[in-house]
Amino acid sequence: MANLTAWDRLQIIHNAKRPNSFDYISKVFEHYYEMHGDRLYSDDSAITAGIATFQKLPVTVIATVRGKNIEQNKNANFAMAHPEGYRKALRLAKQAEKFKRPVICLIDTPGAYCGVQAEERGQGEAIAKNLMEFMRLKTPIISIITGEGGSGGALGLGVCDELAMLENSVYSVISPRGAANILWRDPAMEKKAANIMKITAEDLIELGVADKIIQEPTGGAHNDLNMVCENIVEYLFEALKRNCKKDLANLLENRYNKFRKIGMFLE
Amino acid sequence: MMEDLFKVVKSRVKIDNNSPKKRKVNIPSDLLFKCPRCQTTIFKDEFELAGRICTNCGYHARLTALQRLEITADKSTFVEYDKGMTSVNPIDFPDYSEKVRSLSENTGLNEAIITGECEIRGERCIIGVMDSHFMMASMGSVVGEKITRAFEKATKKKLPVILFTASGGARMQEGIVSLMQMAKTSGAVALHGEAGLFYCTVLTDPTTGGVTASFASLGDIIIAEPKVLVGFAGRRVIEGTIKQRLPDEFQSAEFLQEHGFVDMIVKRNRMRHVLYRLLRFHNKEAVTTWQI
Repeated sequence: MANLTAWDRLQIIHNAKRPNSFDYISKVFEHYYEMHGDRLYSDDSAITAGIATFQKLPVTVIATVRGKNIEQNKNANFAMAHPEGYRKALRLAKQAEKFKRPVICLIDTPGAYCGVQAEERGQGEAIAKNLMEFMRLKTPIISIITGEGGSGGALGLGVCDELAMLENSVYSVISPRGAANILWRDPAMEKKAANIMKITAEDLIELGVADKIIQEPTGGAHNDLNMVCENIVEYLFEALKRNCKKDLANLLENRYNKFRKIGMFLE
Repeated sequence: MMEDLFKVVKSRVKIDNNSPKKRKVNIPSDLLFKCPRCQTTIFKDEFELAGRICTNCGYHARLTALQRLEITADKSTFVEYDKGMTSVNPIDFPDYSEKVRSLSENTGLNEAIITGECEIRGERCIIGVMDSHFMMASMGSVVGEKITRAFEKATKKKLPVILFTASGGARMQEGIVSLMQMAKTSGAVALHGEAGLFYCTVLTDPTTGGVTASFASLGDIIIAEPKVLVGFAGRRVIEGTIKQRLPDEFQSAEFLQEHGFVDMIVKRNRMRHVLYRLLRFHNKEAVTTWQI
């Protein structure tokens, strides 16, 4: 599958049969107990978060929710979170820190929701706070992009010790459609934009943003959910082992440096 | 002064008597300023005289970074950091290098932010000023790196940080690398905060997107200039989603304050004094602190 373009991969991740976070959670973890609400305003169904066990040990899971039909998508707002979603994520991350369990984030979102209420409740502030707090959270954080890593909405769950990407997933600062609109004032140029923006897992490894590619079956994850989940389990097991044995100061220093070193410039 | 203004205007205004309808007055558009907030048109000189502020609604218009430093820092105290840092083209984005080069020539700026150290009425601080005239002050590697270094230096030197923010958001042309600058800068803010140091943001027109969703929203104290635009998503994007026009005050400094995201709205002519006072409150050497 190495020869697929970014556009080809976008078709795979937008396939209606693409597994969603609940599919992964039910096969990768055991005893998932979902927790609701940000304790400030409400509960955001675009993000599911809770406690589960992984290899018999407790972990906190935070994941964006993409529905599989129109009903589910309406309920989960097409995986586009409001500020209360990011604040719920932070609440559960802080809880994980308190009880010393690692945090695992699964990301598949077109982006943070752009709407009147989202602005009124501080979408920018909610994401900013997560970036700062996740950067200093005193427990390991592993994030996996399972489909679409849409800009700030993805980064709100994406500050981590290690970032893995499913083989066909993408991660971008703006959706190809948005970029096409700005560049050529024509959303139909989406395909061209997708292919120049360096958004595939391979690109992201090369740019030093992602750390690991998790293999999918030929044609995409929906063709063999069990295989993808086995690969996720295998990766998570190693990643957690690696990061849990670091002492805290070292863990946080490495996390800071992971992001600190990204950027290219001349001086 | 006002008489001079009228002379200039009068000399350039043409009255068109041949116009078929009625006498038409042609005022050259470069003599006018149209306020983006209240849509009122006023004479440009009047607007400049007021310190680039709309005399009708009080909207505080954009300044260049140099103009901002001029009215903020004590004379000849500003020392610039990382002056020569310039952008490269991390994802080989078409025409990006050319765009940066021509903007540098036109604006005289190397990038969309100036950082450095200065004094404000004698209070030493590290200051950063974003300049919307350079690619709408979008945040790419250079902006991210300069801000990160400013915070790291401030942490090391135990100095407060003042940032004047303005931005269209993350710089699309640098792809994912620009998105990561949000995490990088927020990390540097966190370390500065853990060291017990003071960080104040001043939101200026326009502060949006990835900058709102990172360091601009993380100040210990957040100030905004009157009527400026501050938000996460673009107004047109939201209007497109909800299929209706948004009220004029949407995403204004006043809107943000009403919803609890801005500590105070400060007029330009009071800004230097307010910043001085805030720096003074947090200066542990100058102020006898409580033994807590």
